Amino acid sequence: MMPGSAIGRHLVVEDRENRLQQDASSLCINKVEYGDKKIGFITSGICYQYVKEAFPNASVLKLGLVNPLPKKLIEEFAKNVQTIYVIEELEPVIEEQIKSWGINVKGKELFTKQGEYSSNMLKKVISGKDDKVFAKSESPNRPPILCPGCPHRSVFSVLNKLKIHASGDIGCYTLGAVAPLSVIDTTVCMGASISMLHGIEKAKGKDYIKNWVAVIGDSTFLHTGINSLVNMVYNKSTGTVIILDNRTTGMTGHQEHAGTGKTLKQEETYAIDFRTLCLAIGVKNVVEVNAFDVKELEKTIKESVNNDVLTVIIARAPCALLKGQVFPNKCLTVSENCKKCGMCMKIGCPAITKNEDGTINIDSSACNGCGLCLNYCKFDAIKKVERV
Amino acid sequence: MKEMNIMVVGVGGQGTLLTSRIIGKTALNCGLDVKLSEVHGMAQRGGSVVTFVRFGEKIYEPVVEEGSADMIISFEKLEAKRYAHFLKKDGIIIVNDCKIEPMTVVIGSAEYPKNIIEDLSKEHKVYSIDGKKIANELGNPKVLNSVVLGFAAKYIGFDKKDWLNTVEMTVPPKTIEINTQAFNKGYGE
Repeated sequence: MMPGSAIGRHLVVEDRENRLQQDASSLCINKVEYGDKKIGFITSGICYQYVKEAFPNASVLKLGLVNPLPKKLIEEFAKNVQTIYVIEELEPVIEEQIKSWGINVKGKELFTKQGEYSSNMLKKVISGKDDKVFAKSESPNRPPILCPGCPHRSVFSVLNKLKIHASGDIGCYTLGAVAPLSVIDTTVCMGASISMLHGIEKAKGKDYIKNWVAVIGDSTFLHTGINSLVNMVYNKSTGTVIILDNRTTGMTGHQEHAGTGKTLKQEETYAIDFRTLCLAIGVKNVVEVNAFDVKELEKTIKESVNNDVLTVIIARAPCALLKGQVFPNKCLTVSENCKKCGMCMKIGCPAITKNEDGTINIDSSACNGCGLCLNYCKFDAIKKVERV
Repeated sequence: MKEMNIMVVGVGGQGTLLTSRIIGKTALNCGLDVKLSEVHGMAQRGGSVVTFVRFGEKIYEPVVEEGSADMIISFEKLEAKRYAHFLKKDGIIIVNDCKIEPMTVVIGSAEYPKNIIEDLSKEHKVYSIDGKKIANELGNPKVLNSVVLGFAAKYIGFDKKDWLNTVEMTVPPKTIEINTQAFNKGYGE
């Protein structure tokens, strides 16, 4: 819309809003279910289910349209029902509008703004009744972890070894924040890994980020990472950006992206080449490494963080869960060589656990044979064999 | 049939999701109102996973609340302990007698609790099965969930043929036979 047309167009918008509000009270998606008229609820969406579960006999005004609100219908409901609760999760959007019309309803003075509601919570607040019978027992946490054979683990194991911090991004690799890998220090939103490294460099100087990198997945990089990288080039920033290129969008269920060579309909298409793309926007130093080549990765990262040149490292190996992946190998323990040092446990692979006697066990049904653990065993206590 | 609230819990990748879908579909095919809700995203990444299945004449809320579960079907011991407080007073636990150490235990920052099944049995009715052993005997560790489902099915109700119908409809076609065998083993035949 041209700026000059905006004022005139606003009249149309206002008129539409007015007509919508008038119609809202007779729309079938805003419906009143009268029951016990001493207690009533104004609610919408999932909260309606909680209300019906907790107070099946109460009167309910279920809103199917929350903007604009059906003023006439709400006023009528309020005349017929003694006490009205507005049940909505998070901010009091519906409640504040209704209160602004001088209608007496109860809302956030009783109910939390935090998290999801439940029928139990409503019962507890309104009638002081709690269904809970047993106390919760303490159990060790079971956080999600990177899969066996995940290429991200390999990159994080190297960063951990080099004691390098990482500004992180959104994807499976955010799990690089948790022990024992403990590499990622920041996660905000998609693309923020690169912008934050850029910001740290501008605020603290290029020497401060000699033990920092940014890590970002291939899909996230194409989504909103490029613009941050353009900014780094344009604003003469130094630093190391690692693209964790696992050839897919891992965490959300393996959607294709503009770098995989397939459309969402699985048709063949042009695959954006990360190296060419980075060079085109002016990154001078672009290095491609096999994500499982730990030695090469270590050398490349060491060199680039000590450089005063903006570097992009593309660490590439496919996601272990990608369809069509074959795992010809598996890892086995050679127990007589195991010195119980626990070095192989430091990579946080779920296939590796400790036996009662302190030696390690590799669960062959979980192991994908990536062989990363071999790099961390000094005593030849792990061997890679062909899967039969 | 009276209303029933079931939780299926376990470790990501164990097949809890498919199991809860089979329970939901079976109830649906028997003419009941069903609500099912599940954890997405990180479910494949070895984390603690919980799904809710509720069925009866008319079901509103899609989740099972603390104090209202009739049954917890747990694919791993620690996960049974983690969610046991969701049970009703006379609710039951079906547990696969298997231990999977979470990363917090592997790296030594927490300890895996001892005697979980014995301790749970003090407060609840607990029925345990070694599903992994049975699945391995059948020659396919992946049918663990069908073994556990078969074992739990006896306590849920419905006709056996209704269960087997849904198993047949839900699992990949090539695996119908082995999954049926696994269900029967768990069911006790």
